[in-house]
Formats: sequence, C-alpha cells, structure tokens
Amino acid sequence: MASTETTTPAGDAGSPAGGDAGDLAGLEAGLDALETRQSGRTPFRQTFTQKILPPAVAVLLVLAVWQGLVSFKIVDDPSKLPAPSDVWQVVRDAWLQGELLGYIWTSVSRGLLGFCFALLIGTPLGLLVARVKVVRAAIGPILSGLQSLPSVAWVPPAVIWLGLNNSMMYAVILLGAVPSIANGLVSGVDQVSPLFLRAGRTLGATGLKGTWHIVLPAALPGYVAGLKQGWAFSWRSLMAAEIIASFPDLGVGLGQLLENGRNASDMAMVFEAILLILVVGIAIDLIIFSPLERWVLRSRGLLVKS
Amino acid sequence: MATTTTLAKAADGTEPAAPAARIEHVSKSFAGPAGQQLVLDDITLDVAPGEFVTLLGASGCGKSTLLNLVAGLDRPSAGDITTDGRPALMFQEHALFPWLTAGKNIELALKLRGVPKAERRDKAEELLELVRLKGAHGKRVHELSGGMRQRVALARALAQESRLLLMDEPFAALDAITRDVLHDELTRIWRETRVSVLFVTHNVREAVRLAERVVLLSSRPGRVAREWTVGIPQPRRIEDSQVAELSVEITEELRGEIRRHGQH
Repeated sequence: MASTETTTPAGDAGSPAGGDAGDLAGLEAGLDALETRQSGRTPFRQTFTQKILPPAVAVLLVLAVWQGLVSFKIVDDPSKLPAPSDVWQVVRDAWLQGELLGYIWTSVSRGLLGFCFALLIGTPLGLLVARVKVVRAAIGPILSGLQSLPSVAWVPPAVIWLGLNNSMMYAVILLGAVPSIANGLVSGVDQVSPLFLRAGRTLGATGLKGTWHIVLPAALPGYVAGLKQGWAFSWRSLMAAEIIASFPDLGVGLGQLLENGRNASDMAMVFEAILLILVVGIAIDLIIFSPLERWVLRSRGLLVKS
Repeated sequence: MATTTTLAKAADGTEPAAPAARIEHVSKSFAGPAGQQLVLDDITLDVAPGEFVTLLGASGCGKSTLLNLVAGLDRPSAGDITTDGRPALMFQEHALFPWLTAGKNIELALKLRGVPKAERRDKAEELLELVRLKGAHGKRVHELSGGMRQRVALARALAQESRLLLMDEPFAALDAITRDVLHDELTRIWRETRVSVLFVTHNVREAVRLAERVVLLSSRPGRVAREWTVGIPQPRRIEDSQVAELSVEITEELRGEIRRHGQH
C-alpha cells in the first residue's frame, strides 16, 4: 500500500481504501480531466465565413442573374419582369412615404397575435391528445390529417361564417397553426425516453408532478419544432387570407399589397410584396424561433457545433 | 396474491433488525408469444441493513425484472416484497435529465423528497463532494464524461436518502479503468453512508469485488441457485488473488447453470 494521505472529504475512520484514498482521488481527477471535452465560443471570423457569407453570396448570385435577364433583354417586358432596381425603387418609395412599415406591421401584428392564440389553444390540446388515450384515438388522426390540408381552403368558409374582418383572418391562422403546434407537442411527448419516465418515477415524480418535472421538459425539443412549423403555417395562412379576402377597410397588409399590385398590373409592386412576405417570414424565424430551438438543443448537447 | 408493501419508517431506527428489503416467494410471469412465460420463480431473499448484495446471473435470469419489482416499478405475480421506504434506483444508462445541470438533477431529487428550497443547494453540493465532483454543479450532462455522469447519478440516487440502493448494472457501459475506479468509489461511499445495496451484474469479478454476499440466479426461470458469503476484507482490488479464486469457483457454477439450457 502506498503512503497514507488523508484527503478523503469526510475524513472518517472508515477511510475506505486506506492508504489508497489519496491515490483514488488523484486518479479520478486525472480521468475526469482526460475525458472532459472543452467547448469554447466559435470565433466571429469562422461564423462569418461559414454562416453569413454563403447565403449572402447566394442572394447576390440570384440578383445578378435577375439583373442579367433584364439587362441583356432576355426577358424584354417590364410588365413581366421588372429590373431589381425598379423593385428597389418601389420599396424605397414606400419607405419614404412611410407606408412600408405600415404594410409590414399590419401583417406581422395579425400573424403574431394569431400565433399566440394558436399557442394558447394548441398547447393544452396537444397535451390532452398525448396523455389521454381516448382523446388521442378520437382526434389524433384528424389533427395530423389537418396538417396536410392547405389552410387557404379555410378562407371561403371563414368569410361566409365571419364576414370580411379581422376575426376571419385569425380563424384561418388558428386552423393553420393549431394542428402543427399540437402535433409538435404530441410527437415531443411520444419521443420522451421511457428511461426518463422510470427514473422520474423512482424519484417520486408521478402523476401531475411527473408531467411537470419530467414529461414537459423532456418533450420541449419536439414542442419547439412544432412552434417553428406553427409560425410558418400561421404566416402562410394569413397571406392566403389577405390575398383572397382583400377589402379596403381591413387595412393594407402584405397580402393586400400583392393583390393591389396584381389589380394594377404593376409587376414591380407584386415583386415588392412577394419579397417582403419572404423576408418577414424568414426574419421572424431567425429572430425568434431559430434561436429558441438552438438554445433548447444546445443546452441538452443535442446540437453539435459544425 | 401479490403485494408490495412499504413499511412505515421506524422513528430513529427503533427496529434496526428489520431488513432493508425482504423478498418472499416472489414469482413473475409475462404474457409471451407462447402463453404465460415464467421469468422469476419463487425467489426468497433478504437484504440486511447496511448489507451489500450482488445478484449475479446470465442473460434471461430476470435479475433486472427482480430489481424493477423491488423498486416498485412493476408488481410481482405472486409473493411479497417489503422495503423500508421507496428504494433509490440506478440504471446502466445514467438516466440524468439533460435539460437540467448536474446539480439541478440532484436538487430535483431533493425537491421531490420534500426538502425545502433553502437547503437544496447546499445538500446538492455536499452530495457532489461525496462523489468527488466538487464544482460540477453547473455542468450540463453532456459536458461530463461517462464516469462522471454515473457519479452524478449515484449522488442523485443518494439524495433520496433511501435505506436501500438498487443498482442495475450501473458500470456495464464504462471502460475498464473507469469501472475499476468507480468500484473503489462505491465501496468507499457504501462504507461511509452504510446504505444497503442490491447490485445486479453479469460480471462475476465485479460481483466478488464489491459484495458481502453474492447470489447466483439460474436462468429461465430465475431461481436462487446458490449463495456465497464473501469474507475477503475491504478494500479489495479486482486483481486480488482471493477475488480471483472465488470468481473461478462462481464462474464454474454459472457455466454449469448456462450449460443446462443447451441440453434439450
């Protein structure tokens, strides 16, 4: 036996491995150090060249091809394809006249408010379907089936039931987003490892305690994926509603802007609307949902840094 | 008639003689493709307070099933199981919750046991220190090595302050060096805390290295085949000649049990 070193934290008489106590602590510290991975922050340069540069180049390429089609008169009809500069001019004018933010805000406020309603309905509904067998048997298949129904199909009945107003828009958003959110939570709960449930039960987390401490946090990745998809569906449904049911009293959102452009045969305005719809949809995802998803996955070690 | 009873906790251990776990004539069968399949057959086994017992057996001996029954995760088809309070259970997989830090995993166990919020943090730090992971409170599960995860899992199981700790092949997935170190750690912690341990393994050397008593189960159905009391003084090493000798004897017996299954 090696020399007697008393480094056991408890330091009692039952110092188990006798003279090996100090050795054991040292050995363990060595093993821990060898096997622990260090993770640091990615330098900005790397983020820039790997994450920001590629999409920027792709966008520039598309713009270059577009400008080329117009400049080299391959498509020689501004009513079919306006030049990027013409579209930019329209966007700039809308900005200078103070209308641009108005268009965006009309749609975004509707979209986010509708999404929040969808969240409030979809979350308990998803939990109910996931946890109550009868409810799952009854509406589970319908709920997943509804996801494949294009939400634009809800616009005509919503107009008939609710008239041309904001409630109609919210109804269409709800019908589009609620199934996604609920289904996300259902699949999240279904994918909870049985091991966590067993571990939870031995710790005394049963019933509601088990749902709160184990099932819900374990289901979070699936739920967040559902939220992300739910937002995409909200935004799409809203645009469908705004394009089909455009009505002057409703205020001009991005969908109406597109419809107005079509009615005026103003292709630059149509392009402006399409670009804004795309940019806003991506921006909300990048600002809210992607960081949320990354945070959830990273904190669980489910996201490997590339 | 099958029951799983939990004895009311005797105030300040007025009944020190009561076993930490009493398994009486326990059988368990599952519905299989060929009708009811008997997995455990008339198992009777006591774990004395502070005792370290290993359950040893080949695949299909139902050792994990037995552990689940003792943990109260499943009910026996026949017989009685009595434990003093709800036993703590450790798995082969660490089963730590990845949405919580190492420390918060332990604190959740404390919270579910009803420990007031103000005491949880200190208690968790204490337990981490016991498994020599001081300073790992804020670490995420994926930032820890396999050995560290099992030590946090051990600390979380100890946080339940059960009189009985059930371990289901907790070191089977670790590399040999780490496993060896964790054997030493477990022995140390067992002797410090005087918790009773029922440890399931298929590794004969591990069983002899750790236990005061080794119980060999036969396979399909699981029955108690033989028991050995291990008199070798702790701390032992897995390479000790006495450990090796007894392991050879037990391995012979185990092989005999396995051979019987190829003979029809």
